[in-house]
Amino acid sequence: MSELTDLTIAKARKGLAKGDFSAVELCEAHIKAVDAANEALNTFIVTTPALALERAAQSDKKITSGDAGALEGIPLGIKDLFCTKGVQTTAGSHILDQFTPVYDSTITQNLFDDGAVMIGKLNLDEFAMGSSNETSYFGKCLSPWKRKTDDANLVPGGSSGGSASSVSARLVMGATATDTGGSIRQPAAFTGTVGIKPTYGRCSRWGVVAFASSLDQAGPITRTVEDAAIMLKSMASYDPKDTTSVDLPVPDYEKTLRGGVKGLKVGIPKEYRVDGMSDEIEQLWQQGIDWLKSEGAQIIDVSLPHTKYALPAYYIVAPAEASSNLARYDGVRYGLRVPGDDILSMYENTRAQGFGDEVKRRIMIGTYVLSAGYYDAYYLKAQKVRTLIKQDFDKAYQKVDVLLTPTTPSPAFAPGEKGGDDPVEMYLNDIFTVTANMAGLPGISVPAGLSSQGTPLGLQLIGKPFDEAGLLCAAQTLEEAAGLLPAPDKWWL
Amino acid sequence: MKVDDKLVRRIARLARIKVSDSDVQHLEGELSSILGFVDLLSEVDTDNVEPMTSAVDRDMYERADVVTDGGYPDDIVKNAPERDDHYFMVPKVVE
Repeated sequence: MSELTDLTIAKARKGLAKGDFSAVELCEAHIKAVDAANEALNTFIVTTPALALERAAQSDKKITSGDAGALEGIPLGIKDLFCTKGVQTTAGSHILDQFTPVYDSTITQNLFDDGAVMIGKLNLDEFAMGSSNETSYFGKCLSPWKRKTDDANLVPGGSSGGSASSVSARLVMGATATDTGGSIRQPAAFTGTVGIKPTYGRCSRWGVVAFASSLDQAGPITRTVEDAAIMLKSMASYDPKDTTSVDLPVPDYEKTLRGGVKGLKVGIPKEYRVDGMSDEIEQLWQQGIDWLKSEGAQIIDVSLPHTKYALPAYYIVAPAEASSNLARYDGVRYGLRVPGDDILSMYENTRAQGFGDEVKRRIMIGTYVLSAGYYDAYYLKAQKVRTLIKQDFDKAYQKVDVLLTPTTPSPAFAPGEKGGDDPVEMYLNDIFTVTANMAGLPGISVPAGLSSQGTPLGLQLIGKPFDEAGLLCAAQTLEEAAGLLPAPDKWWL
Repeated sequence: MKVDDKLVRRIARLARIKVSDSDVQHLEGELSSILGFVDLLSEVDTDNVEPMTSAVDRDMYERADVVTDGGYPDDIVKNAPERDDHYFMVPKVVE
């Protein structure tokens, strides 16, 4: 039998049901894998092995008694942005490193209700702000992948770097993640995993540490499209505790997964062919077009003229909302407190020591664009541009069902390679993913091949609002055509 | 858009973040770069365009105006860095 950690969620579920192995055995295998890898990869901020084994034992009882949930006994990692009852939730920040929630986020509660077993909390860019997982207070986390030409470490992408890296390295079977500008899809592309950002409103944001509330949306990172369908079904729900959660039934994504793409109209947006895009990304994109075409999809050229304004508009909207959301970290109700001479200096000292450089930069940009006299010129202007971006998509979706693009303009890079002198260089990573956040649309990244350096590359599909089922179905076709990527070498053993 | 040291200090004060002299120096360049990047939007014609106020095309749900939560002050103050009984403690603000 192959190693338990190599199984997909779908296969593990079958194995558990048949009694080939127990949930405790499955859990132990993953705890062992994490223990062997975490020093090198730093994907977990905290592990919870005792709690995991206790839950796994409960799962075994449920499986025996025939009460198994959809994710019964499946070992998962939880991005440390999701509040977990009794387990520290840091958002990757010093300001929250002593915070232990007294409640679970709706999403983790949904997963636990379905029997999922949490192995620990996963590393991320501080407050989910970053594209390389280098801004975490708990140290950078690494990708399990390396280039075949050298031994340099690579970033797993971000902000859900710990999620993507752990899933890729076979430390967990799936992980929760969040995506404000690309933070599920970009790390998925960098690590050869599947990452879906659902439509805004599909998954509850309640209990997820807020970054930019009109853009934040949670989703899963897994090793196959089928596993993404299984996990998303459990994570998604209508939640009255989140006023932007949408009251629509959650379809059974597994049922429609293998419907194929015959007759599907796939749009190719010409504006995503950007200057300086590498030949291999260009070729990958063409390969994706050919795969879908040969399965019976109809390829249609479309135009999304405001694409190039999405990223600059994002860097007004997201920091503005972040500056407002992060105002709560003042050293009074929870988190770090650094004393000062009076209350104002207590606030200023707390926030100066508690936040890292990237978070401070974004809070300050947000503060500036919302300050008296500048609101109209920046924030209001960006929200108007957002309307134009959404209208571009609305027009395209009159002609097509789904859009196909590359997920990232380049493969994974090494720590320290980008953004050192100019933060904007790092921001450009999200150029293809940020549009879906600005328009609230669902997007998925599927591993589509390896670069000339032997590192993963992803293709992105962007769907119509609440058509995650259609998106997963097209993604399944891509995955079958591309074939599953091999597991990365376990160089840390 | 050029951000000078005076503006960096003003923004930092508004954001309630203490900055050192060396912070101010590198923040000038970084904030200038970001604001320069977003200035690209000035070329977009947004006359007669409504600002987006909701990412999905749906009306806000309403619920009955009743108390549905509360009654656990122990939990509320549990993570406070300084507390006394069910109160958050802060430095003296009124003489």
